[in-house]
Amino acid sequence: MVDPKHPAYKAFKYIGRSRRAVEHRRFVTGQGHYAADVVQPGLLHVAIVASPYASARILSIDSSAALALPGVHAVLTGEELNSAISPMLPGVDAPKVARYPLAQGVVRYAGEWVVAVVAESRALAEDASELVCIEYEQTPHAVDPEAAMAPDAPQVHPAHGGNIIWHRKFTWGPVDEHFAAAEHQLSYRVRWARSSTVPIETFVATCSWNDATQILDVWASIQMPKYPDLLAKCLHLPGNGVRVHYDVDVGGSYGVKRGLKHTILVGFLARKLGRPVRFLEDRLENMRGGDMQGPDRIFDVSFAFDGDGTVRSMRMRAIDDIGAYAGRSPLQLGKPVGAIVGPYRIASVEYDAYSVMTNKTPQEAVRGFGQAPTNYAIETGIDRIARYLGMDPIELRRKNLIDKDSFPYLIPSGTYYDSGDYEAVMDKALAAAPYGDLLKQRETLRAQGLLAGIGVSTCLEPSGGNSAFEPLFNPKNETTTWMDSCLIRIDLNGAVTALMGTSTAGQAHETLVSTVVGEVLQREPDSIRVLHADSLNSLPSNSPVGSRMAIMLGGAAAGAAKILRDKLLTIAAHNLEVAKDALTYEDGSVYLQSNPARRMSWDALVEIAHRKYHCMPEGMEPGLQEKFCWEVPSGGKMPTEDGRVQMYPCHSFESHVVLASIDQQTGKTHLHRYVVGHDCGVMISPDVVHGMTYGGVAHGLGAALLEKFAFSEEGQLLSGTFMDYLLPSAQEVPSITIVDHCTPSPLTEFGQKGSGEAGYLGGPAAIASAINDALAPVGANIDELPMTPQAVWRALRAAGVKEAQ
Amino acid sequence: MSFSPVNVEIKVNGVIQPRTVEPRTTLVDFLRDHLGLTGTHVGCEHGICGACSVLLDGEPVRSCCMFAVQADGMSVTTVEGLAPQRGCLSKMQDAFCETHALQCGYCTPGMLIACHALVERTPQPTEAQIRDAIGGNLCRCTGYQQIVDAVKLATSPGYEVKSAQAKGSGVAHG
Amino acid sequence: MKAAPFEYIRAESLEHVLERLSQHGMDAKAIAGGQSLVPMMAMRLARPTVLLDIYRLPELRQVNIEPDRVRMGATTRQRAIEYEIDLHKALPLVRDAVRWVGHIQTRNRGTVGGSLVHADPSAELPLAATVLNATLRLRSQADGERQIPAQEFFLGPMFTATAETECLVEIEWPVWQGAVATAFEETAMRHGDFAMASAACQLQLDEDGICRRAAFGVGGVDGTPRAFPELARQLVGQRIDESVAREIAQIALQQTEPGSDLHADADYRRHLGVVMLTRVLLKAAQSHHSAPALQH
Repeated sequence: MVDPKHPAYKAFKYIGRSRRAVEHRRFVTGQGHYAADVVQPGLLHVAIVASPYASARILSIDSSAALALPGVHAVLTGEELNSAISPMLPGVDAPKVARYPLAQGVVRYAGEWVVAVVAESRALAEDASELVCIEYEQTPHAVDPEAAMAPDAPQVHPAHGGNIIWHRKFTWGPVDEHFAAAEHQLSYRVRWARSSTVPIETFVATCSWNDATQILDVWASIQMPKYPDLLAKCLHLPGNGVRVHYDVDVGGSYGVKRGLKHTILVGFLARKLGRPVRFLEDRLENMRGGDMQGPDRIFDVSFAFDGDGTVRSMRMRAIDDIGAYAGRSPLQLGKPVGAIVGPYRIASVEYDAYSVMTNKTPQEAVRGFGQAPTNYAIETGIDRIARYLGMDPIELRRKNLIDKDSFPYLIPSGTYYDSGDYEAVMDKALAAAPYGDLLKQRETLRAQGLLAGIGVSTCLEPSGGNSAFEPLFNPKNETTTWMDSCLIRIDLNGAVTALMGTSTAGQAHETLVSTVVGEVLQREPDSIRVLHADSLNSLPSNSPVGSRMAIMLGGAAAGAAKILRDKLLTIAAHNLEVAKDALTYEDGSVYLQSNPARRMSWDALVEIAHRKYHCMPEGMEPGLQEKFCWEVPSGGKMPTEDGRVQMYPCHSFESHVVLASIDQQTGKTHLHRYVVGHDCGVMISPDVVHGMTYGGVAHGLGAALLEKFAFSEEGQLLSGTFMDYLLPSAQEVPSITIVDHCTPSPLTEFGQKGSGEAGYLGGPAAIASAINDALAPVGANIDELPMTPQAVWRALRAAGVKEAQ
Repeated sequence: MSFSPVNVEIKVNGVIQPRTVEPRTTLVDFLRDHLGLTGTHVGCEHGICGACSVLLDGEPVRSCCMFAVQADGMSVTTVEGLAPQRGCLSKMQDAFCETHALQCGYCTPGMLIACHALVERTPQPTEAQIRDAIGGNLCRCTGYQQIVDAVKLATSPGYEVKSAQAKGSGVAHG
Repeated sequence: MKAAPFEYIRAESLEHVLERLSQHGMDAKAIAGGQSLVPMMAMRLARPTVLLDIYRLPELRQVNIEPDRVRMGATTRQRAIEYEIDLHKALPLVRDAVRWVGHIQTRNRGTVGGSLVHADPSAELPLAATVLNATLRLRSQADGERQIPAQEFFLGPMFTATAETECLVEIEWPVWQGAVATAFEETAMRHGDFAMASAACQLQLDEDGICRRAAFGVGGVDGTPRAFPELARQLVGQRIDESVAREIAQIALQQTEPGSDLHADADYRRHLGVVMLTRVLLKAAQSHHSAPALQH
């Protein structure tokens, strides 16, 4: 829980306190306002006809039987839709890799949307979709990313010229020299299978077009930067022709809800039909064609190190299979550049990154934006080095961790880590386990005939977001802005309302903002109302991505509140006829330090601002409403020629300690103890931070042990329902202990760092570490996720373990 | 062959609701679309995630795995019916708020249904019993830890509901 | 995922059901709890045009516990076995099996007959029925009632001997006289999932621990649950220790043809089958009590 002794918290009245989240009251009573709850009169419903093949030409589409079914309003094909819109383009320079909501001419993955049927009800739309006749001619397809890289492989987008949509090799520092000079080297391959954070709510978009106002209203379960703008562009609407209602509660996203293609489709249909239209993905559509699958990576890594355990240099080749189209997915190879050495003092790095297209469901952003797989790849190496040298993996980490006096620490790829004390966090986690007990328990479990292992991971959580990977991966895209805003008003009755300009998917932003504003204005946070603006009346935001909102929205709210507080002080100074610095602001009222009886109350100040212009300082605006919009700290710089840039501003850190056992006969893993040491600077809402950390651990556990979007040789998704794609339940996730540490960030108002990806970024690495520690005594190991019982059993059998035969 | 709509009378949160429905309308769609009770959520429509859980004659069931017509004459309690009265929270709802047992809130109604049913049967459940009772309710936000804590808190001796209508909180959108 | 349209009929009596089944044949399906059928209909893998709701027919929900058998109506809910002490005592192996069935929500609606007729090769109740060789009673309008032993009822994955016009009406579970020891184990990817492999065993041992009667089987390792009555007879007169259990298990699994899926291929399933069967044989052999303890 919150470390009450940490001096950073002493300064605060509300920040860092346990507080009930504002949002929860409506959720526990079933009064949430989710996209599917939005009912519009005359609402029509969409069902999709999807491609059954991974790669094919569309020969013909016959919609006549579908259109004839009573209650069907439209059957839309790509031919009609795509001529009326602009395509979605990738985040890298690949203009020939264009994506439209509906396929036209060819299909590139099994599950790609071909026809959209619109009817009075979803059930009718599904009935009609069965009547649509589509003739296909199958063409060769590519499903293996390494095979797809070959020049003679079947091309997903022939016009692009090859399946590698993006590639760059970065060399930061004298890598060859360091490898030559080091005493030892080792190399390995690890695979991070395709998985995702799979929210329980699927993507939903409802659109309504008004002919008179020429506004497209959108209610969607969205978590995406620049969504209204991109939507408007693709639909050929002016920027102020789209109104996205950010007050829709989003039922979980963790990165993936980027339903631009869904919304373009629905927006088009709403305008065409003059009726509100909703597309609510069912789970089958979501899994196969919702385009929310995550990184799918092969890492080939080499480390150069000395006999005393000092790690000198790293070479990492990452091949990421992004599927048939690219949204922001190639950029998920870019964000990890900002923490490419993890928490270690590695002096040089070569990073060779390939983003490869195959005939599979497209990849989209997932929690961590590529950092979790990269951390897994790095931590695997650290454990392997320890095993190679016969060193304790904890001592090896201790030897290489960046020490607390080295911050801000510049890593070879150009990012400064702002602050940290990695060893302290690791030690706290070890103490909380407690590590000595885990060692004993491991022996006991081994004596019972189980395999048992302790895993440790020490991993970076870059936070705060930045657009820096965009110009890094596409020099033509010169962009450096990554901002957020807040508007606060104090009304005539003295009540405070704050306005934020993006959606929330469980991160408790209303609680965040009201705590921050309460802290600065010194007013009770529960009295502060936080509203979600819509995209027409909001100030700019770049969405809750990259663990940025505590920093950016928190910073914007603090900024606006500070301006307001200063305004109140100025009004008081003017009315008390003293200098501002003679005054003290306390809980919303202002008094003279030398004579506290001379004071002005909150209500009096509010009255003056709203009603007594004659008492206002000269030239001051009437009313009490202030905004603050700011750029990500340490942002605003373009990358260098050799690809160095400050990626994210603030760096949180986590260390997991896990005790696992493996049943040698079944290969099944059981987690006995799970501890996370976590440092995200000052926590504004500790309960929120802890909640997301527990959830991140569960996501990590799923990726490590259970979850995989598996494809057949024919490019068919084999795990397209919840019967085959396995989400961990309360029976699979163990009890988790979190211990907090605090290294405040020098870059933020309160010392806060972001933490929305906590738990997930270090979890799979730690579980793999534990399982490989358990397997090591029998000469087995696993370097591929998920580490399912069958995979573990195969490793045991290959190592000749008797019970596995 | 006629797929005639059927008249049903289902008691929902204490009120008998006569309606005419297509046989293929699931109970969850009936609650949401016909009765406007959108607190019960759809997550998978194939009986795995538990987001659609409601109490049917007092026992938790997956409302996506039944047709409304099958519930004719039966009694359903949804999340909207868990609080003792308007403006108040049940102990479980209150404890969920206290221990931060939710984030996006999407699985929460089903989770609350499962937890309410658990403590009806087992007033002082162990951790193992709690995890078993919510084993059919998937959550992607919380990792379940604070949910388990909430049930322990709600069933601890002398637990009192803490939330009055907090000043300024409550319906925070619109 | 909305079901294809259908006509819904609430059955007024068993005769009513049989008459409609006779009339509609394969276009009609009886629905009890619907825990397997409704998801399949949502995915449009099952598309009956007539759904006959038999869930509330009192004649299909009677349970009669007799000294040598339990006669259980087909729509007896799984939760009845979970919660009713008398059924635990009479049918300890079935009670062991039900613990593994899905989750609470599933068991509150799901029925014993429904699970048997659905015939998933990994399902727990079909395995228990096969091991105990329960008698299943089927009725049709044209042919009246017939009975079939469980070991002949399951014909393949999701496929039983039930004719289109027949309805399962009753399961008769045999009750062994005297003390029994039972064990049911399964291994699945997650708690409540269908088993990758499962095993069930019921034994009677004498005061010296020698086996006097045995029945065992495995699930998830073939197209149907598999019991091994001949091998079970070979256990009579033996003391069941680790090596005996393992040897019998290996022989039994050699007689199976496991399938492969995403989580478990044929080799792995066969291996798991040996492991599970060995474990239940040992567990039951080591636990001979006169009254089966309520397992946690």
